[in-house]
Amino acid sequence: MSDCVNNSRREFIAKVALASTVSIAPGVLLHSAQAKPNDKPVSSDTRWGMLIDTNKCAKGCTACVDACNEEHGLEGLGRPATDAQYIRKVTLKEKSTGHEHSLPMLCQHCEKPPCVDVCPTGASFKREDGIVLVDKHICIGCRYCMMACPYKARSFVHEELTNQTLSAPRGKGTVESCTMCVHRVDKDGTPACVEACTADNHNAMIFGDMKDPSSALSIELKKHGGKQLRADLGLNTGVRYQGI
Amino acid sequence: MKKIEYTAIKGQSVAYYGMLAGLGVVMLIGLLATWYMEHNGHHVTGMTNQIVWGTPHVFAVFLIVAASGALNVASIASVFGKKIYEPMARLSALLAIALLAGGLVILLLDLGRPDRLIIAMTYYNFKSIFAWNIILYTGFFAIVGAYIWMMMDHNMYRFKKPVGLAAFVWRLTLTTGTGSIFGFLVARSAYDAALLAPMFIIMSFSFGLAIFILVLMASYNWTGRELGDAVLARLRNLLGVFVAAVLYFVIVYHLTNLYITERHGVEDFILASGGIYTQLFWIGQVLIGGLIPLALIYAPGLRSSRKILALVCALIIFGGLAQMYVIIIGGQAYPLEIFPGYEVSSSFYDGVVAEYSPSLPEVMLGVGGVAVALFLVAFALKVLKFLPVSLADKAADPHA
Repeated sequence: MSDCVNNSRREFIAKVALASTVSIAPGVLLHSAQAKPNDKPVSSDTRWGMLIDTNKCAKGCTACVDACNEEHGLEGLGRPATDAQYIRKVTLKEKSTGHEHSLPMLCQHCEKPPCVDVCPTGASFKREDGIVLVDKHICIGCRYCMMACPYKARSFVHEELTNQTLSAPRGKGTVESCTMCVHRVDKDGTPACVEACTADNHNAMIFGDMKDPSSALSIELKKHGGKQLRADLGLNTGVRYQGI
Repeated sequence: MKKIEYTAIKGQSVAYYGMLAGLGVVMLIGLLATWYMEHNGHHVTGMTNQIVWGTPHVFAVFLIVAASGALNVASIASVFGKKIYEPMARLSALLAIALLAGGLVILLLDLGRPDRLIIAMTYYNFKSIFAWNIILYTGFFAIVGAYIWMMMDHNMYRFKKPVGLAAFVWRLTLTTGTGSIFGFLVARSAYDAALLAPMFIIMSFSFGLAIFILVLMASYNWTGRELGDAVLARLRNLLGVFVAAVLYFVIVYHLTNLYITERHGVEDFILASGGIYTQLFWIGQVLIGGLIPLALIYAPGLRSSRKILALVCALIIFGGLAQMYVIIIGGQAYPLEIFPGYEVSSSFYDGVVAEYSPSLPEVMLGVGGVAVALFLVAFALKVLKFLPVSLADKAADPHA
């Protein structure tokens, strides 16, 4: 009997220890045993995604936006019509009820991205792990991807840039958008927006592998589901929303 | 019918060189505008992250569409065997190449990275209709160039018909591709319609023929060559049919959208509440570019007036530009519907009609492209035998 108790206690302690090394909050990974070496290509065994609970997204809070801007060196030049935005807060008001709430909008990292379909040179591309990116070396700046994106997720670099960050180079005359902080993800990190949201204790954003049934993202999606924006387009987005 | 005699224009008058110089200055101004936009970045234009394609694209797409239509006259002669169009086939093909070149120059110089043209020519994503268009445009130059060669070289004359047929099929494909640039955009309410491809084809017939008639009349007038009423009467009637057909397609497009409830927003925007876009649609596109030209073409008392015909062509060109403006810029100005059933607001202009006003450099680039096309025509007429010595009724009309 005592053996039994001891065993279950040991298992319990082991599980707590494991859990504490993996995450301190949903979406914030501290450590993973599956770090991808730089020389290893990304694999389609993984699909990075995000779940956003709009009920937890605080109105007026821009922590995710601020973190993204800082991470990618997106300095506003006081020209909102041409300044780049990778992530933005959108306020929604239900027409019939007047109910109001807000959510962060970013590249939805579609499985079948229209931006990739229309790009003449292949500069818009999707990685095997589902992250949609722009290869700034072969983007000719035609902006057809911006015409095609259903989510208004992309920005065109309208002017000379200064103070660029090393991890997220940008280029005047090319198109850009949310990279899902690929430079962090490849080092087993979490996108800056998700980290900031969690750090502010809102916990409205969960990042993880949609193909890993044990990821916090997959567990939450399985439990409560998550909606795709413009699901009618059949793009199978990598970013899902709850509460809309 | 006697053999048609072609000669190059003399092109030695002060007026001719003055025209070339004038067009050269306009091209230079277009280049300066490009330098200004590329040096400072596109924030100095009217274009934004909301209206990503602006006035340069209105001019470029108009010219590219018109280019395909300018080939009409040659196609009718070679493919459909209508003899009266035969003498004008060379000019028709020349104008087609020139207009395409003018349109492409604009498109290229508006790119964020025009210096990367070589990438556009060497990296192809074959799922992109844009990439296909690059091939279609390049191929158009080659095929229509070969077509001109077949028409001009007596040894190659026997190949004129098959090459003419190839050019005809190619240009229909090309304009299908141009229309599909918009037709394939599933997410935007104003686009996402298969009808746009055939609509662009019929628009090309109308715009291209209007430009062709003006160029024909100008080159005959200014070189003192005879242009008979028989040819112009044919072209005028054909133009009337094309203008009516464009209106028909516009009606079908909007009726279809009006039937689809989720498209009511964008229809209300274009047809009723869209401000400048609504005005350009009704006054520019429908009235000036459609109904007035139709009335002038078919009004019994005006049929023989060349000035009226020239006016009709100018109105059609103006209406065509208005139509392109409504399609390209109006289509983007209407907000994307990401959250149906919600009122939306954000710092990124979600849910609001995007503002746009054309900037001077954009207009200069667009007009510069037109100058490129006209310069090419004027220059080519001097170096090669494109123009028949006479298009008088006796020479041109097979029944005379």
